[in-house]
Amino acid sequence: MKYEVVIGLEVHAQMLTDTKIFCGCSTKFGSEPNTQTCPVCIGMPGVLPVLNKKALQFAIKTGLATDCRISSFSRFARKNYFYPDLPKGYQISQYELPVCEHGCIGIIVDGNVKKIGITRIHMEEDAGKNIHEGAGTYSFVDLNRAGVPLMEIVSEPDIRSPQEAVEYMKKLRAILRYLGVCDGNMEQGSLRCDANISVRLINQTEFGTRTELKNINSFRFVEKALEYEIKRQIKVIESGGRIVQETRLWDPNRGITESMRGKEEAHDYRYFPEPDLVPIVVEKEWIDEIKASLPELPDIKRDRFVTEYGLPETDADLLVSEKPLADWYEEAVKLGGQPKSVANWIMGDLMRLLNADNKIIEDCSLKPNQLVDMLRLMDNGTISGKIAKSVFEEMYTTGKDPEGIVKEKGLVQISDSGEIEKAVDDVISKYLKEAERYRAGEEKLMGFFVGQVMKVTKGKANPQMVNELLKQKLSS
Amino acid sequence: MDLFRLSISEVTHLLKTKEVSALDVMNAVFQRIDSVEDKVKAYVTLTREKALEMAVKAQKEINEGAPGKMLLGIPLAVKDNMCTKGVLTTCSSGMLSNFIPPYESTVTSSLAEHGYVLIGKTNMDEFAMGSSTENSGFHVTRNPWNLERIPGGSSGGSASAVAADECIAALGSDTGGSIRQPAALCGVVGMKPTYGRVSRYGLVAFASSLDQIGTLTKNVQDAAILMNVISGHDPYDSTSAPLTVPDLTGVLDKDIKGIKLGIPKEYFIEGIDKEIEAAVYAAIKNLEGLGATPVEVSLPHTEYAIAAYYILATSEASSNLARYDGVKYGLRAEGKDLMDMYLNTRARGFGSEVKRRIMLGTYTLSSGYYEAYYKKAQQVRTLIKQDFEDVFKHVDLLVTPTTPTAAFKIGEKTADPLQMYLSDIFTISVNLAGLPAISVPCGFTADNLPIGLQCIGKHFDEETIIKVAHAYEQSTDWHRRKPVL
Repeated sequence: MKYEVVIGLEVHAQMLTDTKIFCGCSTKFGSEPNTQTCPVCIGMPGVLPVLNKKALQFAIKTGLATDCRISSFSRFARKNYFYPDLPKGYQISQYELPVCEHGCIGIIVDGNVKKIGITRIHMEEDAGKNIHEGAGTYSFVDLNRAGVPLMEIVSEPDIRSPQEAVEYMKKLRAILRYLGVCDGNMEQGSLRCDANISVRLINQTEFGTRTELKNINSFRFVEKALEYEIKRQIKVIESGGRIVQETRLWDPNRGITESMRGKEEAHDYRYFPEPDLVPIVVEKEWIDEIKASLPELPDIKRDRFVTEYGLPETDADLLVSEKPLADWYEEAVKLGGQPKSVANWIMGDLMRLLNADNKIIEDCSLKPNQLVDMLRLMDNGTISGKIAKSVFEEMYTTGKDPEGIVKEKGLVQISDSGEIEKAVDDVISKYLKEAERYRAGEEKLMGFFVGQVMKVTKGKANPQMVNELLKQKLSS
Repeated sequence: MDLFRLSISEVTHLLKTKEVSALDVMNAVFQRIDSVEDKVKAYVTLTREKALEMAVKAQKEINEGAPGKMLLGIPLAVKDNMCTKGVLTTCSSGMLSNFIPPYESTVTSSLAEHGYVLIGKTNMDEFAMGSSTENSGFHVTRNPWNLERIPGGSSGGSASAVAADECIAALGSDTGGSIRQPAALCGVVGMKPTYGRVSRYGLVAFASSLDQIGTLTKNVQDAAILMNVISGHDPYDSTSAPLTVPDLTGVLDKDIKGIKLGIPKEYFIEGIDKEIEAAVYAAIKNLEGLGATPVEVSLPHTEYAIAAYYILATSEASSNLARYDGVKYGLRAEGKDLMDMYLNTRARGFGSEVKRRIMLGTYTLSSGYYEAYYKKAQQVRTLIKQDFEDVFKHVDLLVTPTTPTAAFKIGEKTADPLQMYLSDIFTISVNLAGLPAISVPCGFTADNLPIGLQCIGKHFDEETIIKVAHAYEQSTDWHRRKPVL
């Protein structure tokens, strides 16, 4: 391809504070419309905002986790525009002096770490929601969400493909979730992404004209919308046209982006410093305190898993994508589980079962100690690997301990050579013709005999012993 | 005895000694209102029922000897831009002519804690934008000293209500002189404290970085009493100062020997009325006689104050008034679609001065103009602050005229907004610098119109200006003169 893609992302993350950013109202999602409002977040005449310190702390946490410089002096600004879901006619945001600047996030591209720059992280208040259904020729306005604290995390135009954009979003989401500052739920809108995208000829130094994509509210749509837009832009250029700088809306149903408004109609937000709030002065001691309280972040954890548990990087990367998953893994290893086999069981059977049930690890009734107990039963020969799979599923579904399941269902492996020998003899005498053919050199029939012995023993026979005995008996 | 004529301290004394009851005082004030309000038109809303309730409650507390309550049974008026729960709060605007706040402003909560009686909400220039109260969306208020003349503004309703004895005292708000200018023109005491001294929570915003609530009273002592009640940090206002509040009544009778009065030469310029200039010089002489030393000082950036003010105030106003969109409360004028509804509502709800300022402020904040206007004005504001800091290294307070002229005639300046803006020329710098200032009566013109003397203090030094203003007041009898109505 002779074109290079340039992408920068603006991510809005709803902070997990209990109360709104400038008043004491609850931030709970999904309540009856306008039940979580007060004069302040409704924008009554005469009200004033008071900054929620927790929101500032969350923003600083995020800045520290993304290697940003934390501003000792920052301030809020008003972004002025009219919309019914914006009760004051302006949004309190940050403009000239954001709380965090100049950070980066590492993503893995072709096996190497690539740093995506973070231009800035700033705090702002969310708007309410217009509801157009069931209101006749009118619309309703629900202001429960108005004033919920948001962080806007703006990346540098360092992203070079839709896949990198997805990796960046996944990594950012993981960091936010590790920090406990955002639940990262894209479907519910607590993590939203706008993308600035342009294409240029490879080796060209200046950027092409960009468009801004909105409404891309899942990882899949991030990739699809960007892919569509790249094709569209290249097509326009190749056919001799020019890209118009504009905002485009992703339509997930039709899989296309559509022009929303051109630059001519672009808002002049008339930003100016918010006079109702004093500048934010952050003491170094507080920053240090927050820094000391940061959890181990995904990249560091991944590297540690590689060195400490000898895991391949891809395994470690997957295990650390969610903190509860990493914690689950590590608990199992600490309880004596062999690191690689624990990883295999998690990435294989456990993930498959969770995905099928649309569940997350926190909802899982299977506990790490149960997996370790099961692994022990395998190691000491009580159950076979094949039996283990069904024990695992049973543990996952019922939450019962592996010993109990094995006992209850009589799944203990038969390692008594007499019992196995009898089964082997029975099978050989039943299938004399096949035995003849085996002896004549048709060795692939071994599998058939093993299968028959297992069938007779209901899968409980120790497979190694079955193999040995069969070989011995058939060749004699 | 005409109870309505009395000051806060006088009424408090009579109530304490049980010579009169809170109901007597309240009734006297309403009787006064009934006899003169037709002429003065100081109020937008009278709260007779609520006042009765509050007076009954206050009397009960007086009987029980409630300690520490400084306004028990005192009938007060409140400018109609401070939210009073359940009581119409209009800002004298068609936009809010039906607005009944569901919450109480911090200042009126403080007054209520101290047992005041709310008489009513006073008229003002719409959204406090104006210097004559002629911009009220409802009616013109008249100067009790001469009913052909304006009372000043924007707290013209509060000033004329105090001057006409239609209340014992009142609250006003001051963004560029809106307490001091009407106080001067109506012959009462007007106090604007330091920015941040009094909570703005519940004050309908005009220009957030300049607005400050203060008092209009019959004398300086009452200003000190009211200020004691409304001052202090409010967790609901981030811009209110977390400082302890001094007892301003404690400095009233301190002498002023050795106090240095700065006389800024830029305030005695061409265009100032000769009678005013003479009255202010006479007042300075008077203060000298009380032991103060006048020193000529210079505030070199004074001439840029009005320009800077009208950029900053209108910029903030254009944003503060964006919430009046017809969606949530107040007026809604229907339209064929959302944009149409916005346009109809704002066209019908706002008066022409408010519209003018919204347009000015929208322009000065627009991209491409922001640097030349808003940013430049902020820089000028810093220089003006610096001017004051420099002179306050050498003097304890500044003494100036409050206004360049006495009350002008109704209608005289309405056609010329720039002339109207100049009537705040001596008060505006104080708001830009966030300083405390008080206006006290210092004489009358030949036409029997009051003249005001302005004392400007250092940041959070309300004590010095109260002390000096009180000493001056006690050496004259200007504050005892009453208009004939």
